[in-house]
Amino acid sequence: MWNQIEGAPREELEKLQLRRLQDTVQRVYHLVPFYKKKFDELGVKPEDVRSLDDLKRLPLTTKQDLRDHYPFGLFTVPLDQVVRIHSSSGTTGKPTVVGYTRHDMDVWIEVMARTMSMVDVGEKDVVHNAYGYGLFTGGLGFHYGAERVGAAVVPSSGGFTKRQLLLMKDFGATILCSTPSFALHMAEVAKEEGYDLATDFKIRAGFFGAEPASEGLRQALRDAWGLIYIEAYGLSEIIGPGVAAGCPYGNLHVFEDHFIPEVIDTETGEVLPDGTEGELVFTTVTKQALPIIRYRTKDITVLHREPCKCGRTLTVMESVKGRADDMLIVNGVNVFPSQVEHVLTKIEGVTPNYVIVLDKKGVLDKLEVWVEVDDRTFADGIGALEQLKARLQQEMLNDLYINVRIKLVEPKTLERSMGKAKRIIDKREAEGMQK
Amino acid sequence: MIKKYGIKQLSIFLENRKGRLLEVTKALSDASINIRALALAESAEFGILRLVVNNPEKAKSVLSSAGFTLREQDVFAVDVPDEPGSFYSVVKVLSDADINIDYTYAFVGGGSKAVLVFKVPSGKLEAALDALEKAGIRLVEPTFFYD
Repeated sequence: MWNQIEGAPREELEKLQLRRLQDTVQRVYHLVPFYKKKFDELGVKPEDVRSLDDLKRLPLTTKQDLRDHYPFGLFTVPLDQVVRIHSSSGTTGKPTVVGYTRHDMDVWIEVMARTMSMVDVGEKDVVHNAYGYGLFTGGLGFHYGAERVGAAVVPSSGGFTKRQLLLMKDFGATILCSTPSFALHMAEVAKEEGYDLATDFKIRAGFFGAEPASEGLRQALRDAWGLIYIEAYGLSEIIGPGVAAGCPYGNLHVFEDHFIPEVIDTETGEVLPDGTEGELVFTTVTKQALPIIRYRTKDITVLHREPCKCGRTLTVMESVKGRADDMLIVNGVNVFPSQVEHVLTKIEGVTPNYVIVLDKKGVLDKLEVWVEVDDRTFADGIGALEQLKARLQQEMLNDLYINVRIKLVEPKTLERSMGKAKRIIDKREAEGMQK
Repeated sequence: MIKKYGIKQLSIFLENRKGRLLEVTKALSDASINIRALALAESAEFGILRLVVNNPEKAKSVLSSAGFTLREQDVFAVDVPDEPGSFYSVVKVLSDADINIDYTYAFVGGGSKAVLVFKVPSGKLEAALDALEKAGIRLVEPTFFYD
């Protein structure tokens, strides 16, 4: 255990949470006009928060609220106190932006060090980090956490599977950080390349997150690599990875001295009791740059508050069971159908009929968008149509940060093959999360 | 010139899918439309079927109501002796006039004649017709194709 608070008596933990919540509420009420207005509308004052139970009186925050205040409208500090900015793709062209002060970075690194300590990662370890570096929080989050516990970090980022395998073998990597599907893809490529996974690699544990993984996929990774599977959960709006981490007993512990979890009824907003499935909501209680009150993650899960065999008293969340919205996760990247539609609208002001088709290419996700070519968009030339395809693919990469394959189809093909006006076809095997 | 020699060609977008060509040709056949010239351009996953028919207006409405994506294009045709060098002489006139050819297709017109169909950028159509006429190439009137 990295920090003794993880196993502290609940009373002590809750006392700490309350004090921090009260500070955070004061902070947002006085520094963020958006929150002052929301609190005032509900007739709640910061002073009204006298117990953790009062949390439910506070307003909820949505992704739309973040978007409406793009880029820095919800920050409580001027930019000169911000040391890091991350961003994820937005739903209508504008990205979601998050910022960190030096203190926020310390919090993030602390929770990532706790994550790493789930299997005692330390100086003797070589951490191969295949999460994407850049605007996503995944790569850098794991990077700093692994450095903090003293491991040697290989910042390989995504892609270039064969080169990654070579480095993993030659550098003697002991820890793998990646999306579960990429880890399975690497195992398959390793076999094709003639590696012996049992003798050529020393991977003892893996930190897997950013996408849902069925028990079958988890077991496949354990079998292929001979590793301990550790689940990592997080979202950039709260801090990035490090919001919750799986212990060796398979329980996903929420680092709730920093992020207080609740589960609500997604329709009514009512707080649901432990053991009941609902939408996960977080309140950050130690963040400075972008504290968030009751952020609706749209992730569906269940909370439990019993002590775990690992010694942690922290709330356990079950692996995410689904989404309360239409968000898709494609190789760890979040995609909203509205983003796809937004890109399509850019073609000559025409919004063509389209269908999003998700499938597997090997073990990795493949996203295709089938776009109907109608009389308005049909140019009489193979070159012009290929250009249209290429342009759409480029725009999708630009806006969604992922490679999308565009397929041009005849009108009515879509209804013909789907039977009704359905926008999303998910052919991937039900991996727990897809609806 | 365009009015006199412009020929209405129908371009039909087709996915590379089994039976698709059959469906177009059946729709035309059922409507008793005669295909006078055709060409098919293809890429990996779709194709464009280009047709000159005896009744373009009727063909258009038949195919549209059958749900095909189509576009009407102005093309022109020339008839040349069916012998070596004829195609070259036409292409040379267009090339000398600095006119790009988008695409072209041909059929043997019966007897010793061959008919060449050309699509050039629409802004260049008039210039192409002028240049060909001046060079003494025989342009084909639409009535040759239409009923």
